[in-house]
Amino acid sequence: MMKRLLTLLVALILTGPVLAQGTPLRITITDGVIEPITFAVPSFEAESPAAQQAAADISRLVVQDLAGTGLFREVPATAFISQIRSFAQPVSFADWRAINAQALIVGAVTVNGDQLTVKFRLYDVFSGQELGQGLQFAGTTAGWRRMGHKVADAVYGRITGEGGFFDSRVVFVSESGPKDNRQKRLAIMDFDGANVQFLTDSSSIVLAPRFSPNGDRVLYTSFSSGFPRINLLNVANVGRQQLQTAPGEMAFSPRFSPDGRQVIYSLSNGGNTDIYRTDLATGQHMRLTSAPSIETAPSLSPDGTQIVFESDRSGGQQLYIMSSNGGEARRISFGAGRYGTPVWSPRGDMVAFTKQNAGRFHIGVMRIDGSEERLLTSSFLDEGPTWSPNGRVILFSRETQGASGTSAMYSVDISGRNLKAVPIRGGASDPSWGPLQP
Amino acid sequence: MTLFKRTALILVFLVTAACTSPDRFGEGAGDGSGLGANAAGSVSDPTSPLFFNQTIGDRILFTVNTSTITDEGKAILEGQAQWLLTNADYRAVIEGHADERGTREYNLALGQRRANAVREYLVSRGVPMERLQVTSFGKERPVAICSAESCYAQNRRAVTVLSFSAMTS
Repeated sequence: MMKRLLTLLVALILTGPVLAQGTPLRITITDGVIEPITFAVPSFEAESPAAQQAAADISRLVVQDLAGTGLFREVPATAFISQIRSFAQPVSFADWRAINAQALIVGAVTVNGDQLTVKFRLYDVFSGQELGQGLQFAGTTAGWRRMGHKVADAVYGRITGEGGFFDSRVVFVSESGPKDNRQKRLAIMDFDGANVQFLTDSSSIVLAPRFSPNGDRVLYTSFSSGFPRINLLNVANVGRQQLQTAPGEMAFSPRFSPDGRQVIYSLSNGGNTDIYRTDLATGQHMRLTSAPSIETAPSLSPDGTQIVFESDRSGGQQLYIMSSNGGEARRISFGAGRYGTPVWSPRGDMVAFTKQNAGRFHIGVMRIDGSEERLLTSSFLDEGPTWSPNGRVILFSRETQGASGTSAMYSVDISGRNLKAVPIRGGASDPSWGPLQP
Repeated sequence: MTLFKRTALILVFLVTAACTSPDRFGEGAGDGSGLGANAAGSVSDPTSPLFFNQTIGDRILFTVNTSTITDEGKAILEGQAQWLLTNADYRAVIEGHADERGTREYNLALGQRRANAVREYLVSRGVPMERLQVTSFGKERPVAICSAESCYAQNRRAVTVLSFSAMTS
C-alpha cells in the first residue's frame, strides 16, 4: 500500500517517530495526476449544547473545502471504527489506519453568546504523530463559515506546504435578464459561493470588478453616465466614487498596483485605446503606451516592475510585457489564434489568459517568457481568469451559447483538473479573487 | 404644425427626464433610457428623429473585428450627416458595439473604434465635432441574441443616437 501512495507525482513522506524531524504527511502539488490524500473528520466536539449545530456545520465545511480541491478524499463517517468523543482523548491510530485514513482532523467548538471558538488538531495517522500544533480560531457565530475555512486552510497548508485559499472572497458581476437586456450588479461572495451580497444595484451596467491587494477596495467599470468610467468602491461601507483618470472619452479595464496605491487602466480617445497609470494619492497620471492600436487589459507583476497587457498592434490580439513605466514591449504569445485578458500569477512566474482559436475560447496559462503554454479549458465562451491567493486555482466566466445563453463562474486547477461551477443562484461573470482574509 | 411637433418633443423630454441619462431618441443602449420605436415625430416628417432612425437609418454594420465603413455604411452616414446639418438643434452620441465573439475589454475598445470611425465620417461631411460624442458598449448590449453570424452581423454596429439637450458625461 505504501508503494501505491508513493507514486512519481506524489511525494508522501511517512517518517517514523525516530525520524520525526521531517514533514510526515505531505502532498506536493504538481501538474500531473495526483493521488488524493485520504482524510477523516469526525464531527467536531460541541463543548456546550449551544455549540452542537456549529460543530456539525464546521466539520462538514472542512470536509467540503478539502475534498473540493481534488487533492484530498474523505473517508466517510460510516467507515469509522472508533469515535472521537472528546478533543482531549488519545487517538487510537490503529483504528484510523485500518480504514486507510492518512490524515485525521479532530476539533472542538465552543459557543458563548454570539462568540464562537474552534480548535483543531491534525494527525498523521500512519506515523501516529500530530502534524503541527493544535490551533484555535475565535470569531462570531454568524461568521462560522470563516472559522471552518480557516481550519481547512491550516490543514491544506500543513499538508501541501503552500498557502490555502478557503478563507477568501470573490467580487463579481451578478447577472439576470435576457441577453439583450442583461441586468448587472456588483456582488461579493465567499470563494465557495456562500454569503452573496450585492454592492450595487442594476440601474446601470457594471463590468469587471478588481479587488485591491488587501481586499478593502474594488475598482470597476460603470456605465452610469452612459460612458464607461472607472469607479472605486470601499468594501466595508459600500461608498463609491469615480476615479479621476487622465482625460479621455472612455476609461475601463482598471487594476490596482501590488501596493494598492496606483491604478493601471485603459483610456480611449478618438478610437485609440492606450494604457495609463494614475496615482491614487497624488492624482498624477502617466501614459504608458502610445501606439495607434488597441492596448488594454493591463496587469502588473507582483513586484510591480512589469505590466502584461494585450494589444492588436500585430493585427490580432496578442500578449506583451513592458516595464511598469511603459516603453518597449516584448510579445510573449505566439500560438495560433488570439490572446487576451492576461493576469500575472501571485508567484510572478506565470500569466493566465483567454485564448480564442478556431471558434473556441480557452482559459490558459503560460510562463512569463511565453513558454509552456497550457490550455486548461475549452468552451463556446470562456474568459477573464483570476488567480486564487495561492496561485493554484483559477476562476473565470463561462457563457453558454444561443438566445438563452447565460454566464456562470467556474474554477479549474492550473493543472487543468477539477473543473467545476461555482454554485450560486443566477448568472455571474467577471470574478476577481481577493486575498486570504486576516 | 412645427409648434406642435416641438411641443411633442418637449413632452418626450419631460418623460425621459426621470431617467439618469440625457434624453435621447432611438433605441440606444444606455440602460433602458432609449425610446425605441416610439421616438418622437412621424416617420413621414423628414425633420423628426423617427425619420432619422427609420428612413435614413440610425446604424451601420461592420465586418468581424473591423471598424472600416462599408459602401453601404457610407450611404447611410451621408444621410445622417445631411440630417444633422439640417436639424442643428440635435446632438448625437455614437454608440459602438461588438458581437459576443470577443473578450470584454477588447470589445469595448473595438466598439470605440467603430463609433469613432462614424464620427470621423460625419465630421468629414461638415457636422461639427462638438455635436458628436462617442461611447462603446462592447458586447454588453446585443440587439440580436442568437449565437450565429446572422445575429452577430446585426450586433457589430455603430448607432447614432440623437438627443435634444446638452449632453452630460
